[in-house]
Amino acid sequence: MKDILSGINTYKEWLKEQSGSFADAALFLTSRISKLDKDVNAFIEIDKEGITKNAEEIDAASAEGVLRGVPVGIKDNICIKGRLTTCGSHILEGFRPPYNATVVDKLRFVGALLINRANMDEFAFGSSCETSYYGPTKNPWDTKHIPGGSSGGSAAAVAAGEVVAALGSDTGGSIRQPASLCGVVGFKPTYGRVSRYGLIAFASSLDQIGPITRNIEDCAVMLEAISGYDEKDSTSVNREVPRYTESLSKDIKGMKVGIPKEYFIEGIEPGVKARVEESINVYRDLGAEIVDISLPHTKYAVSCYYIIGPAEASSNLARYDGVHYGYRNRKANDIIDMYIASRNDGFGAEAKRRILLGTYALSSGYYEAYYLKALKVRTKIADDFSDAFEQCKVILTPTSPTTAFKIGEKVEDPLQMYLSDIFTIPANLAGLPAVSMPCGVDEKDLPVGLQLMAQPFDEETLIKAAHAFERSTEHHKLVGEKILKK
Amino acid sequence: MSEGSSKKTITEDVVRYVAQLSRLSFDDKEVKKFKSQLADILGYIEQLTEVDTKDTPPTSHVLTSMKNVFREDELQKSLPVEEGLSNAPEKKGDFFKVPKVI
Repeated sequence: MKDILSGINTYKEWLKEQSGSFADAALFLTSRISKLDKDVNAFIEIDKEGITKNAEEIDAASAEGVLRGVPVGIKDNICIKGRLTTCGSHILEGFRPPYNATVVDKLRFVGALLINRANMDEFAFGSSCETSYYGPTKNPWDTKHIPGGSSGGSAAAVAAGEVVAALGSDTGGSIRQPASLCGVVGFKPTYGRVSRYGLIAFASSLDQIGPITRNIEDCAVMLEAISGYDEKDSTSVNREVPRYTESLSKDIKGMKVGIPKEYFIEGIEPGVKARVEESINVYRDLGAEIVDISLPHTKYAVSCYYIIGPAEASSNLARYDGVHYGYRNRKANDIIDMYIASRNDGFGAEAKRRILLGTYALSSGYYEAYYLKALKVRTKIADDFSDAFEQCKVILTPTSPTTAFKIGEKVEDPLQMYLSDIFTIPANLAGLPAVSMPCGVDEKDLPVGLQLMAQPFDEETLIKAAHAFERSTEHHKLVGEKILKK
Repeated sequence: MSEGSSKKTITEDVVRYVAQLSRLSFDDKEVKKFKSQLADILGYIEQLTEVDTKDTPPTSHVLTSMKNVFREDELQKSLPVEEGLSNAPEKKGDFFKVPKVI
């Protein structure tokens, strides 16, 4: 199939050649997605009615937005008014939000065609997209493998050429890890850069919405469209949004790139290590100065995260009680039984596990030993980064220690699953912006991701450094060559 | 329990107690499974006690420049009642309907 969705400009060119309306293009797109998605399951369901209505509104509008008519996949935890939003969970079955997430309003403002609902791990709890109530998403590079998670549907949809871009959310790596495993670009902005209003909460001090795209230029366009202060999210930061597209095509001579030794440890696959080391050489050839740095508390990040994340999640998920929205067990006789029965039926095993873990860590007698301790270690991890950024402008690491593992391989071993986020979690704990981009394939022909992290609100450096790499390599083109030509 | 205390053991009764706090309930088989998985995870997390945090403040906000955000206490537009109720599993008039409370 022709790769007409390989980028914003490519798709707009194709659109221009068509004689029909945006609604006609939407019809074509939904049938194309249905075909491409059969083996991938990136979308829980294609909301044809919502998409058609959206396209008709674009036809009626006269404004020439930067994303006019461009199909953007929306993760199932981002609210679109009147359109099903279920967070990959049974407990939100049938939920139609009465309002739009701020990012949804922003994307509509620039004319995007919103394609819902992209599959995800239930409540974003997972690194493989296998915990979705609606069945797993598969990696379009090899459908026996997982696409990563939790934004596995968003990443797989972009990789499979079903949409030009997608929105994901990233609490411990949920944008970057699936982007890495699917061979596409995933960007987690600084905490507070993008409004979380209308994002169904997982861990409020860590969650951040960001784009998944095929290339860095599209990433900059998307980032520009969704960033900015929002009075409806008190953690969003009132700070001017730079024109991220102006950071494209810049020279990076003399830029200091830090390599933390703690990210090149035992357990990292040889194929991943080799690609990342080659990438360091690309930066060296581009004139960057490679600096050895140390982030000594890295090995505590997963522990720290699996206290803070579940603690916040257990509190955020208390609202699912069968009263206001979503699923209710109707057999229960009194209200307490109704709460329990609805939650028992509505949540999957991983959600229950995290609620238990979080409630335990917050319960009387354990709060200081677990939760408070984790918050202090979080400070240490953030301090490591502050120290490191005195020696370098950007930090380069692998995104994930492995390429995509097989479906079912880690389902019964939650701790092993948790450890797959070891390189992405630190940026969430420290609130930093970070990007993952393709840097080649391993011996199994599965994509490897390269991660760059920068100081808070220095998204521009990431765009600059990532685009320089992309311009001097061909890795980002692989996904289109491998998947759509199959 | 003081900070840095030694290994805590999670028992099946603790799993049942935490489940009850979380408004969840499990059969014996599930309790066993969660107990063993939580024990694994908490065993791993035990490594945090190695970190000296005597003089480290807990993170309250990752961006140290951020302060509390307030707005004027003025009435603002809110969701109309019918839209707020539009997803209710059961409703009656302007209210959410629930099974008996007492």
